[in-house]
Amino acid sequence: METLIEFFSFEYPNIKYVVFGTILLSISSAVVGCFTFIKKKSLVGDVVSHAVLPGICISFLASGSKDPFLLIIGAFISGWVSILVMDAIIRNTKIKEDAATGLSLSVFFGIGILLMTYIQHSGNAAQSGLDTFLFGKAAALIGIDLLAFSIIAIVVLIVVFLFYKEFKLISFDPQFAKVIGLPIRKLEFILTSITVLAVVTGIQAVGVVLMAAMLITPAAAARFWTNKLHKMLIISSIFGAFSGISGAFISYSTPSMPTGPWMVMVLSIIALFSFFFAPSRGILVNSWNRFKIQRQLLEENLLKTFFRIGENSNDYFQDIEAGDLRLARNFSSAQLSRGLKMLSSNGYITKSGSAWTLSKEGHDKGKRITRLHRLWELYLTKYLRIAPDHVHEDADTIEHVITPELERRLEQLLDYPTSDPHQSAIPSR
Amino acid sequence: MDAFIIILTGSLVAVSCALLGSFLVLRKMAMIGDAISHSVLPGIVIAFLVVGSIDSIWMIIGAGMIGVLSTFLIEFFHQKGRLQTDASIGVTFTWLFALGVILVTYYAGNAHIDQDCILHGEIAYVPIDLMYDADGNAIGPKAVIILSFVLGLIILFITVFYKELFITTFDPDFSNAIGISSSKWHYALMGLVSLTTVASFESVGAILVVALLIAPAASAYLITRNLKWMLALSSLFGIASSFFGYWLSYLLDGSIAGAMVTISGAIFGVCYFVIVLRK
Repeated sequence: METLIEFFSFEYPNIKYVVFGTILLSISSAVVGCFTFIKKKSLVGDVVSHAVLPGICISFLASGSKDPFLLIIGAFISGWVSILVMDAIIRNTKIKEDAATGLSLSVFFGIGILLMTYIQHSGNAAQSGLDTFLFGKAAALIGIDLLAFSIIAIVVLIVVFLFYKEFKLISFDPQFAKVIGLPIRKLEFILTSITVLAVVTGIQAVGVVLMAAMLITPAAAARFWTNKLHKMLIISSIFGAFSGISGAFISYSTPSMPTGPWMVMVLSIIALFSFFFAPSRGILVNSWNRFKIQRQLLEENLLKTFFRIGENSNDYFQDIEAGDLRLARNFSSAQLSRGLKMLSSNGYITKSGSAWTLSKEGHDKGKRITRLHRLWELYLTKYLRIAPDHVHEDADTIEHVITPELERRLEQLLDYPTSDPHQSAIPSR
Repeated sequence: MDAFIIILTGSLVAVSCALLGSFLVLRKMAMIGDAISHSVLPGIVIAFLVVGSIDSIWMIIGAGMIGVLSTFLIEFFHQKGRLQTDASIGVTFTWLFALGVILVTYYAGNAHIDQDCILHGEIAYVPIDLMYDADGNAIGPKAVIILSFVLGLIILFITVFYKELFITTFDPDFSNAIGISSSKWHYALMGLVSLTTVASFESVGAILVVALLIAPAASAYLITRNLKWMLALSSLFGIASSFFGYWLSYLLDGSIAGAMVTISGAIFGVCYFVIVLRK
């Protein structure tokens, strides 16, 4: 607790800088990441972050200094080249996107490692600290480095703000953007450039390998909470900023802990939480809904089968064995025992010996489903001119979702029919 | 002698990777291979912490399980969470990799493993790290023995199940229809990929393995249409990368693994230009 207060009082100016820097970097990559996410090109961030390494090494070799602006220029160029190489491979050969991505990523990185080890072994004293790019070192974000990377992060954010509408269009519907006359190539160029810039700044904090997470994870997590792009940008920025603060705090309270990996860890925990527990899109809510729908389908299909057996012998309230149900419709034995238990506890059927009997409520419900099924069959043959032997499957699906309002419309449209295309009576309401 | 052992180790890694990589490239799953190679890190670190090094096949299998687990996770988020594949891959492997790096940093003193090792391994130590039999006589370098075993396993797997792999790779719908489960073979292949990445870890590191999985296979894919030729050519490219990579690193005094990857990239470049110019 004490460390927490100490940390957030920003007693040491150093902490202030580190926190400020990591937050800015996290936000700029989270924002850019949303666009690559929507374009389904999340892994491009991974490619660029690996590919900046040779650029950093070459610009160091060429200039002999660690001037952040020179390194950034080198990183920017090699990041761009990796994207061009990847696109050229996809365009000119039969190699698919996945292999081109992995190839460009790993080969650029391999060249970078070769160059970096070459620099390290060359005995150049100025090189020490160059390897912070590999795993990042947020705590090293001070002085001119902080200034350089913050400026770029702010530039990235301003560009996104200015071109928000255009970026949104080319991400969601490039075809449409082209048709209405937007300069697609220029916009793509700007978007890719700020992606590369965001990556270049971010690796200073989290390093080459984990940079991909700073782009992908906040966007992926935010996607589970909203369907709107502007909200997604805000939510993912908040996630990014939070991970930045937490990472800085963890490595402050336990100095042996690396900032970058912890930032990614915090982000991943947020993402996993979102995947499972987000309302409406989360895995838990989804599975629960699927479970409920399956239960409803089973219940309605069983009642419909009860009703039809009754219809055939004109005795709706006879005793029906489980075997009869299976003869009439293909239920698995597990489905059958589960479904019958469910129906009897809901009062739709009652058990008499080894057989089951429909109750009044069960009869009414089975009748309604049968009715909807036949109404829909009739509608399909009459209005869509589908052959009568092709309409059953479709009706079997739609009968569960037709609302009473829709039912009335159908009746009206079909002029209150009494029999379906197979000459079975449509039960009255 | 040392040079020979290093080149041999590199070749064993490169051929294992090239054979498996050919199937990855054909199945459009290169990035899954990338994800596995990053995800095995926590498994490897835990193995290092428990025993001190990876030198039994059981450790390799144990650490490799995490690789297979990561493919399950990717599939799970994609299907149940309706998360698009690229993001699902990106989230899963960075998360596991971050966990691995945190473990490495935290236990840096206890394990013979550091951050550089994760990135590019240290193949130069292979000749000194010997394996001994029960009487204490040196049999040979540990890495060479383990990697030979892994390569043997892969060759055996591919020769015995060639037909199944072939059919599930090129026509999964047909294979499912005739009762050969494509997902079963998918996971078998993923298991071998994790096994190989774990076994190669000490020599080439977790990330450069990806290059050896993809680059030789992709180069071979460019110049042949026959699977058997592709397997043979990619293995050949792998060996060439190892051989010339060693001399390149000798020349520049840089990482051997990095140089191997640079050469494999150059081989791909040559194949690419030959194909594009002939068009």
